[in-house]
Amino acid sequence: MKENTHLFLKLDWPTVGLYLLLVAIGWISVYAAAYNEEHSTIFDFSQRYGKQFVWILSALLIAAFILLLDSKFYSVFGYAIYGVVLFLLLLVLVAGTEINGSRSWFILGPVRLQPAELAKAATAIALARMMSVHGFVLARRANLCRIALVILLPAGLIILQHDAGSAVVFGAFLLMLYREGLSGWFINIVLFAIVAFVLSIVWEPVSVLMLCATISVVIYMLYRRKIKRALILTASLFGVYFSIVKWLFPTFAIDVAPDRVFILLSAIALVWGAATAIRYKRRYVWYILCFFIGSAALVYSVDYVFDHLLKPHQRDRIENLLGVKVDLRGAGYNVHQSKVAIGSGGFAGKGFLQGTQTKYNFVPEQSTDFIFCTIGEEWGLLGASAVIIAYLLLLFRLILISERQKDAFARIYGYGVIAILFFHVVINIGMTIGLAPVIGIPLPFISYGGSSLWAFTVLLFILLKLDMARWR
Amino acid sequence: MNEYSRKSIVIFGTFVLVALILFARLFWLQVVDDSYKTTSNTNVLRYDVQYPARGLIIDRHGERMVENQTTYDMMVVPRELKAFDTLAFCAIFKLDPDPFKLVINDIYRRRRQIGYQPTTILKQAPAEYYAVFQEKAFKFPGFYAQARTLRNYTRPIAGNLFGYVTEVDTGTIRRNPYYKPGDYIGKSGVEEAYEDYLRGYKGVTIFVRDVHNRIKEAYKDGRFDAAAVAGKNLICTIDSRLQEYGEWLMKNKVGAIVAIEPSTGEVLALISAPGIDPTLLVGINKNFQQMQSDPLKPLFNRAIMSPYPPGSTFKLANALIGLDEKVITPASRYSCAMGFRIGPGKMLGCHSHASPIDLLQSIQMSCNAYYCNVFRTIIDNPAYGNVEQGFLKWREYVQSLGFGQKTGIDLPSERAGTLPSVSQYNRIHGEGRWKSLSIISLAIGQGEIGSTPLQMANFAATIANRGYYYTPHVVREVEGLEPPDDYKERHYTMIDTTCFPTLVEGMYRAVHGEPGSGATARIAQIPDLELCGKTGTAQNPHGEDHSSFICFAPREKPQIALAVYIENAGFGATWAAPIASLMVEKYLTGHVLRTELEQRIQAGSPTKTHKAP
Repeated sequence: MKENTHLFLKLDWPTVGLYLLLVAIGWISVYAAAYNEEHSTIFDFSQRYGKQFVWILSALLIAAFILLLDSKFYSVFGYAIYGVVLFLLLLVLVAGTEINGSRSWFILGPVRLQPAELAKAATAIALARMMSVHGFVLARRANLCRIALVILLPAGLIILQHDAGSAVVFGAFLLMLYREGLSGWFINIVLFAIVAFVLSIVWEPVSVLMLCATISVVIYMLYRRKIKRALILTASLFGVYFSIVKWLFPTFAIDVAPDRVFILLSAIALVWGAATAIRYKRRYVWYILCFFIGSAALVYSVDYVFDHLLKPHQRDRIENLLGVKVDLRGAGYNVHQSKVAIGSGGFAGKGFLQGTQTKYNFVPEQSTDFIFCTIGEEWGLLGASAVIIAYLLLLFRLILISERQKDAFARIYGYGVIAILFFHVVINIGMTIGLAPVIGIPLPFISYGGSSLWAFTVLLFILLKLDMARWR
Repeated sequence: MNEYSRKSIVIFGTFVLVALILFARLFWLQVVDDSYKTTSNTNVLRYDVQYPARGLIIDRHGERMVENQTTYDMMVVPRELKAFDTLAFCAIFKLDPDPFKLVINDIYRRRRQIGYQPTTILKQAPAEYYAVFQEKAFKFPGFYAQARTLRNYTRPIAGNLFGYVTEVDTGTIRRNPYYKPGDYIGKSGVEEAYEDYLRGYKGVTIFVRDVHNRIKEAYKDGRFDAAAVAGKNLICTIDSRLQEYGEWLMKNKVGAIVAIEPSTGEVLALISAPGIDPTLLVGINKNFQQMQSDPLKPLFNRAIMSPYPPGSTFKLANALIGLDEKVITPASRYSCAMGFRIGPGKMLGCHSHASPIDLLQSIQMSCNAYYCNVFRTIIDNPAYGNVEQGFLKWREYVQSLGFGQKTGIDLPSERAGTLPSVSQYNRIHGEGRWKSLSIISLAIGQGEIGSTPLQMANFAATIANRGYYYTPHVVREVEGLEPPDDYKERHYTMIDTTCFPTLVEGMYRAVHGEPGSGATARIAQIPDLELCGKTGTAQNPHGEDHSSFICFAPREKPQIALAVYIENAGFGATWAAPIASLMVEKYLTGHVLRTELEQRIQAGSPTKTHKAP
């Protein structure tokens, strides 16, 4: 008995409070989104809100169970858990049921289980297990490869289930790796690659290349601490380019694609750059040259990736998001209706149960992936911001928790949780307001569904259990 | 601070930044940008429209001319569609089963996509069919009928005058937000001119609906619902019996008749031949296209659109101008030897009659040479200095008589006719290089002048009134509204009213002159009635002369003024005068005693085929 009171004192109650708050917001929102006058009580188990209540209760049971389990369990059985989940991911490919085009569900009576949800926690545990070994050096190439393998294996299996959205979530682990010592440059380069990819869809390739060239020159000059020269060099690069394309070609009626001119100019610059690199033994010049060549390769491979590797519906979603194509009845329908719902909420919202766009099904998936619409429509900017602030507070709290761990395993796992939650929240809310592509991932703790609620509960409470053990 | 805690701050800073971006976007969507609020309403509100009954059109004696008939648009709610007996359905509505099955199968296949949005599958089914359907409606789940009113005509006449009612086109929908696709609108004629009164106002019930168009509740407890307001009835000035009689007389002829009550400006009959049978334009059919491609252009309302050369009837205008300008008197005499010499070897011909003659005789006999002389004295009047000034004065007079400008009748697409201008003659002859002789055709209503039959009838009414006219109109009253003040206002011409009695006497003599006196319109005589008239025979470059006649009766307190114009029918006295005379007899006595004349005129087809252009 004394042991137990002790236990509950050590539990991080602010986090639990935020968790309960978000879960409650979720339950109320599911009620509003799926509201049906004939079944008006929130405990009606024939409706989603009644079922969500059951999922919440069972999630709390799971949380309690996790808190009672020994904290060593996760580091000891880390690989075993990971292995079991990998097995489930394989099994679901064979024995799973297909829902909405992805074969990623087990159906056990009234319960639907999605192993992909568990895979996030399992991967976080496996990574923590691997990286917390004494003397582990992240920068070592073999270690980086092992980390990549641990992340990509479940992600790959999930892609095979045609659930690309859940697979993309695994990219979030980069955030944790950054905290654990990965160079900020690496993150920046990844971010830049995403930006360049997006820009290549919207702009002409040559414009993106120009941007890359400008960045390369600026970085070079920043290294040499000669900003004035950087500006002059960039300006003259563009000057030469535009005078050739806009004046020389039209005047002498030369018909050459502008790309070619730019590539020729860049090649000259590259040769000159390589020459200085050799002569003055400047290693960073090689990096910059690699960066430029890499981005050029990326820019010119975008079309291929876009046309061949992505599925048509993924292409449509991205194009709609970027405004390249507007199709409000087809691929753009979800996001448009979602924006209408949120936009019509105004500053203070239409009031509880007064939302019309979500209640009458104009927004598809309004109680799962697009649950944020109900909040935005009925509670307005005030309610939507409150939810964002709640998530921000939760993430802040989790950073505090992770940073106070003496045990590397707990800290690394903690950052894994932070990364996954952050990614889910940003992408989910982003997609409802037209800032992120629709990749169909739930809003943690709020979206309807037992599988995702349980998975996020497990993810969070394992961290809380590890945190409780920090005084041991 | 070590590197790791620095990184945790960077991470949290990133989170805050991203949260701010999300907040900014939400602020934009929810507070700044209003467009989403509107879309949310169009999404969720369903407007169920009640269509009002269109106003009726009633003739001057209270007889209904245009009524409504109810038809039914058959609608189906795809989501509620179940297997049913298509053959039975087709039997009720007399449909061809095969194409019907194709349509139904297509709707059935897409029923989930379309949901509860009703789809029209059959338009304007007659009430008899609907009655049968109603008895068996339980056999056809998902089907229901929406009542729509179509026009019904008590007599198959006056299609051009009334116009027709049809589905509104996209251009109108864009210009006028009242109209929605599928609404009906009046096109041409009275239906178009009085559309705003006839149509009434649609009623609406607003519901909140879900994405499948399923009704959820009344919007704001029906606060914004509105009942349909029926259209207003129109009381016409038309005498439906006279109109029908005129159309009957005009069978197989091309031309127009316009009859006006001079004391009010009310149009008694407005006939364009060949006309259109308005019953053929009710509902959806191919008749409209057929009419459009008819070479005789039945959709072209000749009575108010066609600029015909007025011919000799226009001599009356020149006589009036001459008298008012005091360049002639009733006693002025001119000689005529089979015409008027325009130049070396060029004659404007005339028929044989006594010579010289005075004004009254010139009207009675319709002498061309007399009016060439009158016209020259007007144009070459030394008071105006030169030909151009003289012409301008003449033109002003002609305009005041209602020519060359719209009369302002309450019908759309009235045309002004043509009246030449100085610049037009400058273009033809060169500036300062034309004189009265160059434009002498105007003396006898030929050449560059073109007048609509309505203008001619209005001119007849002006003479009947001895100097003024009322704006001609076809609708006396929109039920419940005051008629416009303009209808009560006398429009005086520039001609002094003392000039008119001479003209009236001349027109009386043209009809009632002794045999052998050279009176041109003796055929128009009606027993026991004093009819005043003037024939016209207008040459035209396309073929046989046009036959025209203007008249009014009785001589004192005239009750009807009339213009009749028959294309390519030869002398005015041969066709136009008898038709006008029969119309007058019909209107004033209620019956026609001269059955022999009536028979001959009605059965005849004077219009010669047009010369190939």
